[in-house]
Amino acid sequence: MATNLKKLSKNPELLTGGHRACAGCTGSNILRQIMLTAGRDTVVGGATGCMEVVTTIFPYTAWKVPFIHNAFENSAATISGVETAYRAMKKRGDLPVERENMNFIAFGGDGGTYDIGFQSLSGAMERGHNMLYVCYDNEAYMNTGIQRSSATPLGAHTSTAPAGTVKQGKEQNRKDLTKIMVAHNIPYVAQTTPYHWRDLATKVEKALAVDGPAFLNVLMPCTVGWHFEQADAMQIAKQAVESNFWPLFEVENGQYKINKKPKEREPIEGWLKQQGRFKHLFKPGNEGILEEIQSHIDTEWEKLLKLEAMSNGE
Amino acid sequence: MEQQLVALTGNEAVAYAFKQARPHVASAFPITPQTEMMHKFAEFVANGEVDTEMILVESEHSAMSAAVGASAAGSRVITATSSAGFALMWEIVYIAASLRLPICMALVNRALSGNINIHNDHSDSMGGRDAGWIHLHSENAQEAYDNGVMSFRISEHPDVQLPTMVCYDGFIISHTADSLYMLDDADAATFVGERTPKYALLDVENPITVGPLDLTDYYFEHKVSQMEAEQRALPIIDQVSAEYGELTGRRYEHFESYKMDDAECCIVILGSSAGTTKAMIDEYREKGIKVGLMKIRTFRPFPNELIADALSGMKAIAVLDKSASFGGFGGPVFTEVRSALYQTGCRAPVHNWIYGLGGRDYDLHQAAHVIESIDKIARGEEMETINLLGVRL
Repeated sequence: MATNLKKLSKNPELLTGGHRACAGCTGSNILRQIMLTAGRDTVVGGATGCMEVVTTIFPYTAWKVPFIHNAFENSAATISGVETAYRAMKKRGDLPVERENMNFIAFGGDGGTYDIGFQSLSGAMERGHNMLYVCYDNEAYMNTGIQRSSATPLGAHTSTAPAGTVKQGKEQNRKDLTKIMVAHNIPYVAQTTPYHWRDLATKVEKALAVDGPAFLNVLMPCTVGWHFEQADAMQIAKQAVESNFWPLFEVENGQYKINKKPKEREPIEGWLKQQGRFKHLFKPGNEGILEEIQSHIDTEWEKLLKLEAMSNGE
Repeated sequence: MEQQLVALTGNEAVAYAFKQARPHVASAFPITPQTEMMHKFAEFVANGEVDTEMILVESEHSAMSAAVGASAAGSRVITATSSAGFALMWEIVYIAASLRLPICMALVNRALSGNINIHNDHSDSMGGRDAGWIHLHSENAQEAYDNGVMSFRISEHPDVQLPTMVCYDGFIISHTADSLYMLDDADAATFVGERTPKYALLDVENPITVGPLDLTDYYFEHKVSQMEAEQRALPIIDQVSAEYGELTGRRYEHFESYKMDDAECCIVILGSSAGTTKAMIDEYREKGIKVGLMKIRTFRPFPNELIADALSGMKAIAVLDKSASFGGFGGPVFTEVRSALYQTGCRAPVHNWIYGLGGRDYDLHQAAHVIESIDKIARGEEMETINLLGVRL
């Protein structure tokens, strides 16, 4: 894959500026980067959530490609309908404009993907539609006011699982959705972040090139929900990878490949300290939670290394 | 026009109607008693009789979601459901209409849970009466087939652009073999024509945004445009029905009037129960009781002026509802009919009988009871306004 900045910079901007995302939002950045790679012959479907709300307030739209928002929990099913219509109309020569190939991208936040839209996503992936599902994962229901989701990490403060005098934020680890998508045996599954632009663009290219469904989980640092300085968003994304909190990896036809292995993984404390949502974990008495977070990250990383080794026949 | 006389169940008849319309996409999830319609349709696809792409989703919620996507893409779409399946679609049923998307759905009427019950009443489609769809009710397999064929022309009409549900009674119509006339595939295809959407997601050269956030400054106007589209659908349903009548000899109005010309009292009803009622009306006519029947076909949009005009000469009116509106004053058909009459000078008593819930059999004795009651009311006898039929108390 020959993705480079020069090539990307010449592609048309298909998500225009002037939309209403927060200052420091990495979500619109993710979508913009995806659209630079996907190009004009793309239909996009968005679940109810931050990115839908900020890009399509009637009578305005930031989308220069066809876009559909249906509801919160069904962007995968909706795009599966669009993709099926494309195949059916193409077969009969009924397409409004002839296109030999088109891209179909559904997206949702972690609420619309891990939780309420999980069934719709699983169904669409199992049915084998030629579509890419992108989850922009900001680890809570940000659009409705920072409530916990099944993507929220252990110990994070949210408005429905707040840190208080007897509870210290979320009491469970996050769901490993990427691996659940791998278990669907679809041709392409990957994780990335908006900081790693070349990795992201390459993964979108690969995902759109496969014949069948693809899933991309993109970590989306959220200045409002995670409580960090707006200017630090990309740095937070970078450190999520360097601490092994959010490894960059891809699974092509079942074969795992880790795209970036930190020479020496950073202790998670450094990453946690920059975010207000973990502030309470540094109070005396919460050392156990910090240890649990670190141990979970290390265990998951070891598992990932083994999966890669198995894929390499080791 | 040459037509074939065939024996089919209601589900099979509707499957033929849908096949003849050559939809691009069919999305569905099984639920009794709708299942056999999609089985038959899937057979047509498997045997190459129609080249529809099927989306065999994991729930009715996704069935309607995919139908919305496929219709917004610009294709012709069918789906089908009943009861709890329709309830699971709920949110998206409203969205389909709000986005002004033609979708044709077989709504095989079945009681809503709970308790769970697979038999016929109208509680499912009645719950969706404010969702913005067109509701066409059918008395038998012939009507279900005919409404099925016409539904595409109505839904996809440029002045309408609304989804349509073809309602027919679960088991009573869906699973009972009946004789009916069917158009040849070619004649049906000519009548139905092709869908020519004004906007389509697949037109990447003219990108549109569908389903944006719509707040206090525009939402209301968009709702008004939906209300107007429903009203525009009334004459268009009639126009399509007239054209279909010329083609087939079967001319459907918004409602059927049976022995209404000289009637002094009448029964208003939906669906398959009309047949039983007509049989009893014939018997009471012989006894000299001037009773007639109004069988409503178009429940949404509700043809209130036409219905009020047709009923305004009555001395008493019985409205039969195969669903309950819990906590409301009578069933949904009763409420609509009684309200429509208020704009006329007619102050004839309108009485309601709620019957057949959960598939409780509606028989000749029940029909006779209503006829005798409404005849007494017409002659001045006092009676409860809201009544129950065929229930142990």
